Amino acid sequence: MIEGIQLEFFLILGTLVFFIGIYGFLTRKNLITMLMSAELILNAVNINFVAFNKYLYPENLEGQFFALFIIAIAATEVAVAVSIIISLYRRIKSIDVEKVNEMKY
Amino acid sequence: MDILTLLLIVPVLTVIAIIISRTQNQIRMSAAVGMGIQLIQTVNLIFAYLAERRNGNIDDMLFVKSWMWFKSFNIQFSIGVDGISVALIALTGIVIFTGVLTSWKVDNLSKEFFISLIVLTTGVFGFFISLDLFTMFLFFELAVIPMYLLIGVWGSGPKEYAAMKLTLMLMGASALLLLGILGLYVNSSAAPGGLMTFNIIELSKLNIPIEVQRIFFPMLFIGFGVLGALFPFHTWSPDGHSSAPTAVSMLHAGVLMKMGGYGCLRVAMFLMPDAANEMGWIFIVLTSISVVYGAFGAIVQKDLKYINAYSSVSHCGLVLFAILMSDKISTNGAVLQMISHGLMTALFFALIGMIYERTHTRDIRFMGGLMKVIPFLAVGYMIAGLASLGLPGLSGFVAEMNIFVGAFQHADTFHRIATVVVCSSIVITAVYILRVVATLLLGPVKNNDFNLIKDAIWFERATVVILIIAIAGIGMAPMWLSDFISNSLNPIINKLSMIK
Amino acid sequence: MENFGYTVIVPFLLFISFLLIGLAGGKFKPALSGIAGTFSVLVCTVVSYITAFSYFSGAGLVNDVYQKIIPYNTEWMRFTDKLVINMGILLDPISVMMLVVISTVSLMVHIYSLGYMKGDSGYSRYFSFLSLFTFSMIGLVISTNIFQTYVFWELVGVSSYLLIGHYYQKPSAVSASKKAFVVTRFADLGFLLGILILSNITGTFDYSILTDPNGSALTQGSAISFMGLSVMTWALILVFMGCAGKSAMFPLHIWLPDAMEGPTPVSALIHAATMVVAGVFLVARLFPLYALSAPAALHLVGYVGAFTSLFAAIIACTQTDIKRILAFSTISQIGLMMLALGVSDFGGEKGLGYMASMFHLFNHAMFKALLFLCAGSVIHAVHSNEMNGMGGLRKFMPVTHITFLVACLAIAGIPPFSGFFSKDEILVAAYEKDFLLFIVSMIIAGLTAFYMFRLYFSVFWNKASDYKTAPHESPLNMAVPLMFLAFASLITGFIPFSKFVTADGKGFETHIHWGIALPAVGIALAGIFTAMVIYKKESDLPQRIKASLGSLYSLVYKKFYIDEIYIFITKKIIFNGISTPVAWFDRKVVDNTMNGIAAVTNFVSVKIKSFQSGQLQQYAYVMVSGMIIIILFVLYLWNK
Repeated sequence: MIEGIQLEFFLILGTLVFFIGIYGFLTRKNLITMLMSAELILNAVNINFVAFNKYLYPENLEGQFFALFIIAIAATEVAVAVSIIISLYRRIKSIDVEKVNEMKY
Repeated sequence: MDILTLLLIVPVLTVIAIIISRTQNQIRMSAAVGMGIQLIQTVNLIFAYLAERRNGNIDDMLFVKSWMWFKSFNIQFSIGVDGISVALIALTGIVIFTGVLTSWKVDNLSKEFFISLIVLTTGVFGFFISLDLFTMFLFFELAVIPMYLLIGVWGSGPKEYAAMKLTLMLMGASALLLLGILGLYVNSSAAPGGLMTFNIIELSKLNIPIEVQRIFFPMLFIGFGVLGALFPFHTWSPDGHSSAPTAVSMLHAGVLMKMGGYGCLRVAMFLMPDAANEMGWIFIVLTSISVVYGAFGAIVQKDLKYINAYSSVSHCGLVLFAILMSDKISTNGAVLQMISHGLMTALFFALIGMIYERTHTRDIRFMGGLMKVIPFLAVGYMIAGLASLGLPGLSGFVAEMNIFVGAFQHADTFHRIATVVVCSSIVITAVYILRVVATLLLGPVKNNDFNLIKDAIWFERATVVILIIAIAGIGMAPMWLSDFISNSLNPIINKLSMIK
Repeated sequence: MENFGYTVIVPFLLFISFLLIGLAGGKFKPALSGIAGTFSVLVCTVVSYITAFSYFSGAGLVNDVYQKIIPYNTEWMRFTDKLVINMGILLDPISVMMLVVISTVSLMVHIYSLGYMKGDSGYSRYFSFLSLFTFSMIGLVISTNIFQTYVFWELVGVSSYLLIGHYYQKPSAVSASKKAFVVTRFADLGFLLGILILSNITGTFDYSILTDPNGSALTQGSAISFMGLSVMTWALILVFMGCAGKSAMFPLHIWLPDAMEGPTPVSALIHAATMVVAGVFLVARLFPLYALSAPAALHLVGYVGAFTSLFAAIIACTQTDIKRILAFSTISQIGLMMLALGVSDFGGEKGLGYMASMFHLFNHAMFKALLFLCAGSVIHAVHSNEMNGMGGLRKFMPVTHITFLVACLAIAGIPPFSGFFSKDEILVAAYEKDFLLFIVSMIIAGLTAFYMFRLYFSVFWNKASDYKTAPHESPLNMAVPLMFLAFASLITGFIPFSKFVTADGKGFETHIHWGIALPAVGIALAGIFTAMVIYKKESDLPQRIKASLGSLYSLVYKKFYIDEIYIFITKKIIFNGISTPVAWFDRKVVDNTMNGIAAVTNFVSVKIKSFQSGQLQQYAYVMVSGMIIIILFVLYLWNK
């Protein structure tokens, strides 16, 4: 409960960050920036978790735990994703997502 | 070990024996011995069946055995035979044995060839002894799928195309069948939520509502009809037969197409008599077209196998036609026709294969005068032809007369006109058979290379002789086979005639 | 009443002989198979004579009526309890008579063939098929039910096919055999449908019920009518269609002249004496039905017979192939038998036409077989069928000459040869019933005499062609049958036929009606005289006549273009008009529909697969927009 700041502000922030992430994910061609956008999406969720936890159920801690989990998972995800990107780069000398269409039909 | 299960176990053992065989000779010997045993078994089955009947066993199905296979859906492995299936099993035994004999010279991947061939046969035997729709369907698939490999790998001509077409059409039929079978299954419990069943005998005791029958009868009839070359779903037959290797053509036309007729009779007609009565006319029209159309189509073909494929369309159309007449005489004729056509078409395809090996062509325009150079095969071909056009004393006549007389028992105009149309096929059949015989066998020897070719060798002679004996045997003494079958038709006919 | 059980031996022996010669014939010396076949037919002939003798001398007679005796009957195939196909033996006057005819002619032909076919590569095949034919023909005449008749009807058809095609390397023989089979098969379709209808309305196949003049079968089916005729009439017309095919009645006669491609003895046996009269026999067999139940059908029989007879006689006057002349003469004579049946009534002396028909059948078998065998001798000697290349043969072949003359006199109806007697009965029967048919038969009598003697004079008189090798008389085993048959043609006319073979089994007296016989003989003599004038000496008279007739002559010479019409029907209509379109339709329409379904599936799949672009962002884009749509949708539902 923070004076002068309502829950809605956090939610609006979360939504903004989320859609910035989505936008980035859909439009960037560089895999690294796409990965960063994905991080933004995750963090938007984190903001929501923490905010809901604080404002609605201050006696519980599940929301904050979840945020911690997500941070941990995001870290591992980055590790995996970056290693994929590196090996991709070794293969095709590029990290442009449009050149990676091995999954085509 | 009971007599029906052995029918399935012997092919499996044969397959194992083939797998562990090393040389070409061992492979074909084990196939021949296995199928020889199978033939003996089928003969034994006939005698066992007759003995049982003589002892006063008047059950519809004999040697019934049932094992629970999949409890929650009440799927059983349930087997049993009546006169119809015994007769068809005997047919299968003869055709597969002669088929193995004609494949004596297959040396390309022969192990795989014989394995596929025998797996296919297992499916056929299983199909004919099954009393449970689910396992029946399973065996149906087991028979159809090796066909793809057999045609695709060992065939000739546009074999991939033919194999693909045949398999896809039969798979489409299977889809309909599966739907139909499930449709019967979900409507099989007496009360909602009760135990449902796939068992044919139990299903036949139920009264399936007419609305349900209207949906599922056409599905099942067309599903089996595709295999029985029902117009317009017959087009796999010319391509498939002409590309298939000899033994596979024999089995396919001789036995697999009979599974269609058998299924139509045993499943579609028997379980859903109301719809059969109500919607029969559509299929009577289609089958009448099949009969005449196939025969006309055969007149102008140039490839021997095409001629035979169209002839099979015509003859199998007659089977379905007779079944739809739902008269005891004609249904009896239908079963006789299945057996007769199975034997003579197997003979035809065997002979075509043998002739092709010698002349390296199947185009009748390039052949002629073979009677002079290979008299044995030529006479065999002539006899097959005469059987096919319904010469008395050979099996075709018996079957056709039963069908015509039976079909004519209907007093209404529609059935009579259909019968007259179908009868006219005997003339058209004569035209195309004689055309082939005249161009292929008679006349001067067309190609000088033909003067060098040799007549049949032992295994070819054995094939031809076995089949001719069977054809002539049925043709000259039709009574025993006819009695054998007609007693078993009673449950089916009773059910069909209750409607009227 | 005597039990004729021993007659079973006849078909049985012939069948065994067929199988034995057919299966093992290649291993024998050829002569052995010939002798085996001849011997079995000889035994059958003896048995037939014994049967005939004891049957007609009283064993078949009860209260002055010849009974139908069934010495043997076994069930062959059962449809229902009533519709049963039996294989059995039925002895009644006509079947016993036919037994005698078949076995006699067959024996003569066998003996003749021993010489005629010598050195032929298919010698044992030939004899096995002859046995098959004789077996089936005998089976046909002794049938106890109409379906048995049909079975053997088909079998004689196929033996005829096999024997016409004996010289299978000759394309003309192959196509002739094919034509014969297909045409008769087409007719058999009518026969089969006739049987189906008949069995449907009477509920039986059995002759003893079907043809019982007091039985119920006669009245059934006459009540129901279809297109103005009773169903029974339709059934009998359809049966007659089968008869017309087998007996070469117009318009189904076209196969018979071509069938002369077979060996000549075969023509004598099958296409003159026995098989082609099967149609007459069948009408006679069903005669109570025709006469009492469907007179309209019987009229049709009479008129078709009369027309065919006239038609064939006219064509015969122009042909030059000696066997074809005989073939057309056969058609004409069979037409006459049909005519006689058509003018007959049932019972007593009103059944004169029936009796005359059977009588003529009997006599015709003897003299026509003789004519063919003589023609065979001539062909054997000259190695040609063409009449124009012959002439003056009487010096070279005295036996053939005399026997041929006897046969010609018999067929022309000159007393005391057999043809005179039966033809007289036919004329009397026609005169009493139908004056038009009487006139027609008179004309036919004249034409017959003319064309037969045209043949006779052209072959045996006229100017001798310069033969490469001098023609020689046939060996003894060919001459003996000729002499036997000539003897038969001399005497069979004196058999009091009307005592034995009548429609209802009761014998009656006949005597020659000189009022009709004299004009008939006069016309015949006029025909002979005309032929003598034109053809006895070499002259240009035939050419002049031909020229003066012009296109009429060529119309007749081309057999009224009936063959061409048939070729048009088969080639143009059936092959090009139906079958080719059907085959095309099947490949292009039906098959392509199936392929089209596959193609549509393929097309759809090609289109759908571009969704799988492999572009990560595209997938994500679709996923997000899908998610948004779903959320909006859920919200929409939520608020509703």
